This record gives sequence, C-alpha cells and structure tokens, in this order.
Amino acid sequence: MTSYIIRRLLLVIPTVFFALSFLFALFYVLPGDPATLIAGGADRNPNAIQVEQINEKYGLNDPLPTQFVNYWKATLQWDLGESFQTGRSVNEILGQRAKNSFRLAFWALIIEIVVGLSVGIYSAIRRYSLADKLTTVGTAAMSAIPVFVLGYILQYAFAVYPNKHDWPEWTRLRTSQIGPPGSGDGDWFLFVIPMGEQWRYLILPAVTLAAVSTALTARMMRGSMLEVHRADFMRTARAKGLGERQIVLRHGLRNAMLPVITLLALDFGAMIGAAVLTETVFSWPGLGSTIASSVLDRDLPVLLGLTLVVVLLYSILNLLVDVSYAWFDPRVRLGEGKDK
Amino acid sequence: MSDQTPGFAAARTVDQMVDDVLAAPEAPPYLIDVWRRFKKNRLAVIGLIFILGLVLVAIFAPLIAPYGPSERTDVFRGSPSGDHLFGTDIIGRDVFSRVVYGARVSLRISIATTIIAMGIGVLVGAMAGFFGGFTDGLMMRITDVFLAIPYIVLAVAIATVFGRSENGIILVLGLTGWLGVSRIVRSSFLSLKELEYVEAAQALGFSRTRIMFRHILPNALQPIIVYGTILIGSVILAEAALSFLGVGPQDPTPAWGLMVSQGKGDLANAFHLVLFPGLAIALTVLAFVLVGDGLRDALDPKLK
Amino acid sequence: MTIGSGELLLSVRDLSVVFDTDDGLVRAVDAVSFDIHRGEVFSVVGESGSGKSVTAMSILQLIPDSRVAGGEILWKGADLLQRTEDQMRSVRGAEIAMIFQDPLTALNPVHTVGRQIAEMARIHETITKKQAFNRSVEMLDLVGIPEPDKRASMYPHEFSGGMRQRAVIAMAITCKPSLLIADEPTTALDVTVQAQVLEVLLEIKDEIDSAIMLITHDLGVVAGISDQVMVMYAGQQVEQGTVDDVFYRPMHPYTLGLLESLPRLDATDDTELVPIPGSPPSLINRPSGCPFHPRCRHAQAPGRCDTEATEFRSIAGAHFSACHFAEQFIGGSTPAIETPS
Repeated sequence: MTSYIIRRLLLVIPTVFFALSFLFALFYVLPGDPATLIAGGADRNPNAIQVEQINEKYGLNDPLPTQFVNYWKATLQWDLGESFQTGRSVNEILGQRAKNSFRLAFWALIIEIVVGLSVGIYSAIRRYSLADKLTTVGTAAMSAIPVFVLGYILQYAFAVYPNKHDWPEWTRLRTSQIGPPGSGDGDWFLFVIPMGEQWRYLILPAVTLAAVSTALTARMMRGSMLEVHRADFMRTARAKGLGERQIVLRHGLRNAMLPVITLLALDFGAMIGAAVLTETVFSWPGLGSTIASSVLDRDLPVLLGLTLVVVLLYSILNLLVDVSYAWFDPRVRLGEGKDK
Repeated sequence: MSDQTPGFAAARTVDQMVDDVLAAPEAPPYLIDVWRRFKKNRLAVIGLIFILGLVLVAIFAPLIAPYGPSERTDVFRGSPSGDHLFGTDIIGRDVFSRVVYGARVSLRISIATTIIAMGIGVLVGAMAGFFGGFTDGLMMRITDVFLAIPYIVLAVAIATVFGRSENGIILVLGLTGWLGVSRIVRSSFLSLKELEYVEAAQALGFSRTRIMFRHILPNALQPIIVYGTILIGSVILAEAALSFLGVGPQDPTPAWGLMVSQGKGDLANAFHLVLFPGLAIALTVLAFVLVGDGLRDALDPKLK
Repeated sequence: MTIGSGELLLSVRDLSVVFDTDDGLVRAVDAVSFDIHRGEVFSVVGESGSGKSVTAMSILQLIPDSRVAGGEILWKGADLLQRTEDQMRSVRGAEIAMIFQDPLTALNPVHTVGRQIAEMARIHETITKKQAFNRSVEMLDLVGIPEPDKRASMYPHEFSGGMRQRAVIAMAITCKPSLLIADEPTTALDVTVQAQVLEVLLEIKDEIDSAIMLITHDLGVVAGISDQVMVMYAGQQVEQGTVDDVFYRPMHPYTLGLLESLPRLDATDDTELVPIPGSPPSLINRPSGCPFHPRCRHAQAPGRCDTEATEFRSIAGAHFSACHFAEQFIGGSTPAIETPS
C-alpha cells in the first residue's frame, strides 16, 4: 500500500511539470504582446520606451529557453512573481482568491453531498415510483441547464426581481461580490461559516455551483445503488432474512458509495479551481475566474501561479480518492485474492 | 508464411468463414429489438422528437424565422410581444429569429466537434486498451496531463490561440473532448481483449488491426454510442460556456451562449434576453441527455 | 406423496410460478408437487430453464419479479404463500436456509466472513456481538475450516473456492434450519473440491438433523448423495423416485436420455456419445401435449404425445412419471415401446 502511495505521489511531479510547461508554451503562441497589454492595452498606444522597459523588467526579451528555466527556478522556490497587470504579488492574489474559492466550494460540496446522495438513494429505493420518475427528469434537466443561465435565473428571481418590485429587505438575496462593503475575513466563523449579512451573498452562488454536480451525483448514486441491488450478495442477504432497509443500508450502500466518492472528490477540485462560470456571474473573486481572465489578459505569472496550485490540488485529490478506494474495498487493500 | 502455401489457403477459407461469423453485423432483429425498447421510454422519445424538430428548425431557419439574424428593427430591448415572440435585443434584433438561427450554429459546432472528438478518442483508446504496455502508459500519461489542467482554462487558452470563431471552437472542443472518450474506449478494449473469442481469432492468425476493428470494436460500440450521445450535450454546454466567456464566435453570429452574455447587463429590464437563449440551450442539452439515457437502457437488455 | 421416513417438513402442492414479460407469460413452474422429510436429501435435476431454481427460490419467495399462479407451499403444516413479508423473513435463514451457486459473489466483498456469519445469528436471535462472533467461529469449525478464529476475520476473496462454499454453508446453518436448499452448490467448483463440499453437506445434515433440497444439473452429484430424485423438464416434473429407482429403472424418455448421454468409463473406443437432440422448449410457447415430445425418440406424434397433456402419477409405488407410456418402461432400462414407423 505504502509503495503504491509513494508511486502515485511521484507521478504527480511529471504531471505538474508537463501541464505547466504546456501552458507556458501555449502562452508564447498566444497572439498579443504582453508588454503592450501591461502598458495599458493597444488602444492607449503606449510608447516604445515604456514597452521596452516592461520587457526588460519582466525578462520578456530573453530567449524562450532562458525564460522557461528562470520560471521553473523561481517556481521551485515558490517565488511566483508579480502580476503583469497589477503588479501585486501572485502569492497575495493566490491567497485571497484561494480562500474565496474554498469557502464557496465548501458549501457547494455540502449541498451536493446532502441533497445529491439522499435524492439518489431515495429514488433508487423507490424505483419506478412517481417520485423516482420526477427525480429522473429533474436531475436530467438540472444537468442540462448551463451554469451561467441558472445563475442569472436565480439572480433574477431572488435579487433583481424583488429589488425591482420593492420586496421587503429580508427576502432579498445579494447577487454579486463576496460580501457587504468592508467585509473581510472577520465575517467568517471557523473560516467557512458566514456570519451576519455574509450568507446572503453566499447562498446563490453556492446553490448555482452545486446544482449541476448535485444532479450528476444523484444520478450516479441511483445508478450505483441499482447496480449493487442486482448483486448476488444482496440475494444472499435477503435469503438470510434481512429486512429491505437493512439490506440497503448495511450491504448495498457501502458498495454503492465507491464510485460516488470519486465523483465527489473530483467535483470538489473542480469547484475550487474551475468555477469560472459561477464566479463570473456572481462576481465572486475566486481562482477559476481569475485564471480565465489572466489568459485573456496575458498575465502569465498569475496564470501559471494559480494553475500550479490548482493542478497540485487536483493531483492530491486524485491520490486521496485512490487511497480511499483501498480503504473502502478490502480487495484493493489486500491485493486480489486467490481465484478458486 | 506466404499466402501461397497450400495449408495457408485452407486456413484462409476457414478464416473467411469464421471471420464472417465473428464479425457479422448484428442481424436486423437486434436493432429492431433495441428500437422497440427505446420506444417504450417516453422521455427518450420526447427527446428524440425534440432533436429531430431542432434539426428541422435549423434546416428551415429562413422559413421559420420572421426576421434575419442580423436584421435590425426599431424596437430596442423590447419585451416579448406579438411581433417579437422573444422580444428584441439591445440593437433591435429579433431574439426569436436569432434563437432559430442559433440552432444552426449549435448543431454545426456540436456535431463537428463530436465527430472529431470521437474519432480521436476511439483511436487513442483502442490502441491504448488493445496494445497495453508502453503505448497504454504513454497515452494515459498524456491524458492525465491534459486532465490535470482545469478544463475551462485549457479551453480558454486554446480558444484564444485559435481565434474566436466557430471553427476555432470546434477545434478547441474537439481537441479537449476526446479525453473522456478515450478513457471508456480503453477500458472497454482492456476487458474485451481478454475474452476468449479474441484468443480464438489470434490463434487463427488474424492481424491485430483486424481483430481490433472487426471483432472487438463492434462489441465495444454500445458504451461508445451512449457516451457519444451524451457527449453532444456536453459539447453544446461547453460551447455555450465559451461563447458566454467571449472566446467563441463573435457578434453577429447568433450563438446562444453569446446571446446570454450580451443580455446579462440588464437583468431587471431585459431578462428575456437571457431567458430565451438560455432555455434553448437547456432544452437541447436535455433532449440529448434523455436520448442518451434511453439508448443506454435500450442497448442493455439486462437492465430491465 | 409422502415417502421418506422422517417427519414431513415441506409439502409443495401444485405449485405454479409465472413471469410476466414483454414477450408473453413465461410458465417457469407448472403444477409441481413433492414432499421433503427430515433427514432426507431431495435432489431436483434438470437442464437450465427446467424450472428447478425457480421452484427452490419460490419456497422462500426470493424472486420479486415472479408471480405464484397457483398451489401451496406447506411448511410444517402452514402455507408459506399466505405469509406476509415480515413472517417470511423470520422463516428465511432460521427455518429454511439457502445457499447459492457462486460463493464468491454470494458474499459481500467488503465485510469479513465472520461478520457475515454472525449477522445471520444476530438477525434471528438476540445475542451480543461477541457471542455472535464466537458462534461464527464455531460454525466455521463445524464445516471443517482450519484456524476458524483467524479465518473469521478474513475477507471472502482471501478464501479458496471450496473453503468459500464451506463458509457459505456455515453461514446457512448458523441458526440450525430444518431445511437447507442448495442451488447448484458445486457447479462453480473444481471436481476434487466438489466431493469435499458434498461431504460437508451430508455431515452437516446429520449434525443438525435437517433435510437438504439439492438443485443441480449434474447427475454425478445426484448419484453421490441423494435419497430422492425429482427430474424436471420445461417447468414440469417428469419423474420422481428414490435414487436407485430413477437411475436403474428410469421411466421417462427424458431421464433415459440424460442417463444415456453420460460418457461412460467402460465404453469401447467406437461407442458414440448419445445426446438428446434439439434444445429445451420456450417456456412461453410450450409444445402441445407432452413438452418433451419434439425431442423424444419414442414419441407418438401425431398421437397422444402431441395432443394429450401429461399426468404425473405413481407407476410403481413411490416411483412417479409423467410419460404417457411410462408403464411400458417397467422391467429394464430399455423400453419395450415400439418406435412408431
């Protein structure tokens, strides 16, 4: 087992290396001169001297291999540089955005687990009932709505419309930014629990972000439960005289959970690092949207720095999933046993 | 062993016979069975009807849409009305017409992308699954690297490189979409190649390509088809997302995602600008998901 | 139809079980009747699709998709078919236990063997976890598994095939059921291991004084341990009697065909194998009259065999057959019937 874990950990290194190098290379293929962009964009017509200064400052004139090596040298020391756009330290940006993303993802995940799993299990138990059919259509519909459309619909329903028609203050939710003006880390209890007004800003983005994943989790859970239901050992359990509920909970659930766990872990990673659409719709300053805009702005340090963290996160999550599989399933843990 | 040796000639006849048996396309009754089971799933049938309707709408767009996609009227940001079923946008274009023409954009992009993605994915997956060993390892490492990068980042990055246009999007989505396909094709091939009829085929001297494509692939088709159907839905969503972010087809192309993005500025007064294109996307994807589900249930008799 | 010497435990009367499918009504079991007594090994033989498994599983009502279309299942006098699900649950495992074909898939892979055996005890008796665990060690020991205390903490995939099946048997007898139904218990095992498992079954039967209902398609297994044999075909019973009766004095063409198709060690080099031609009939559209007639060498069709439904009756004391011409089989393994020209 330990050797397995070590091997997987080692695999992370080349993956990260190649992923980031790929982005690095891609950046150089991107049209648009970063220096010009930094100096104020093409329409502000920066003069050549400014552009040259910027090139010097950020080493953009050096040959590609040199830049590549310099980049990795710095990165290995965790010197992620400064944003081309704003000059702020990437570490600082990273810290702030990561916190925001984590908080949002945390609640989205909770919603996904609670709602997704219970809906999935329930519809599997009450197979073919009306509730099951409704959930099937419901989850299919939920996974079909584009995230940003859902976000705007929710915004409209819960914030814009009440606002426009002057509903009482307490019914209205907020639609953008991460908190009332002047809010900071103090607004969060135990790092993730929103205090005071904060939850009004959190609720819509969290639900939006959770929606699609919840639908998929519910579907997968149902499918997994149904598949396990057909397994021979379920028949044995029935022949022993176990009641249906016991059979489902004690025997079925643990086996059915396995594939769902993978999904949940990967979703969590995606929610933290790739929630571009939700973050854009709600102006929630998280990792995803920052990375996306850094591509458009040709802000290489920000792009690479934040992506590095996200890639590392993904890899570690993947590893945790594989390890937990072993914990759940003794066949993996102890190695495939004797055949006959 | 040359083709001319007498023993080989005899073997070739057997080869031919066995080959015909092994690789015969499933007799029509199987397909009829599948269709029969599919028909029973009402939701799937509704989905199929919707898709067919959408295709018709796309083909006959000029006849269905009252206005051209770029035609301006003098009603700006108008709410839905008799004249303009879905209202008009900021510069006076009829939203209904644009949604109708948008069907063409969506279908074009999603079908082209799916073909590319499936093509690459099946090839890569089949080779990885069948040859195993180094080929497999290499391909899996490559897909791992791609999968490690958050999808949107990858898509946005490539999209900015290849340009913001319909073709650019097709390229981006095709190049990123094959990853999932290759995974399932690979696992299909991995398990199928252990089956005895493959051993039998090898013992008879069939070439590996032949075995791969004429013997294993037909059996691996089922999950591939289901995945493909669902893939189209995902592609539409991805295209909508990229258009929304601004890296897809540009104005005046009536891409649904782009239309949502254009309408987001004024939710309070012009919600219809977001609602209708958004619904179009949602319903289309839903139809593909339902059909995909129906196909999966219809192709796997054990699931009943 | 009472035959055996022990107390009458199970009495199945005219049991019919059907499945409603899209293609029609599948008559899986058609008016089957038999008795099982304490201490007896009752074997049900037949091909796949003969209805033997469905019969067995219907006793415990383990097939939710099926429908009982008639008959009674009397267990110690009371009709099981009249029982509620709750009442059935107290029968399953405690009074009638069942073991299945593939022990690897029959056990939950994520629970230890000991836990699964203990579960059986904890379902039906109020005992502590510790006591239940001790019982599972006891059971493992009873079926001849070495180091039972260590084994109880291991997982199913860590056992070899034969040991696994023994563990399954241990699990089944935990609450000392009066009837043990074994559905193809040896089919998934190597031949050498098969003999061991059958031995264990016999020992256990004596140990807990129960009866065994053995479902199988393997005539060798039947000959090895059975007292009574019932042959099924296309959902109907075609022959029944003691193992000697059925093997040495078969009175149905199907049974005869089965016996003749067995390869024999004492056969000479050029003896051909004699299979039964054709394949089992569809259970939706059964042949008219006797279901076996299309494959029967001695069938009179057109005649009684394809028009008249068969009657399962006593031919010689406790030896029953459904063949119209069963009486003509008496006196030897070669029938005296004339093959119609």
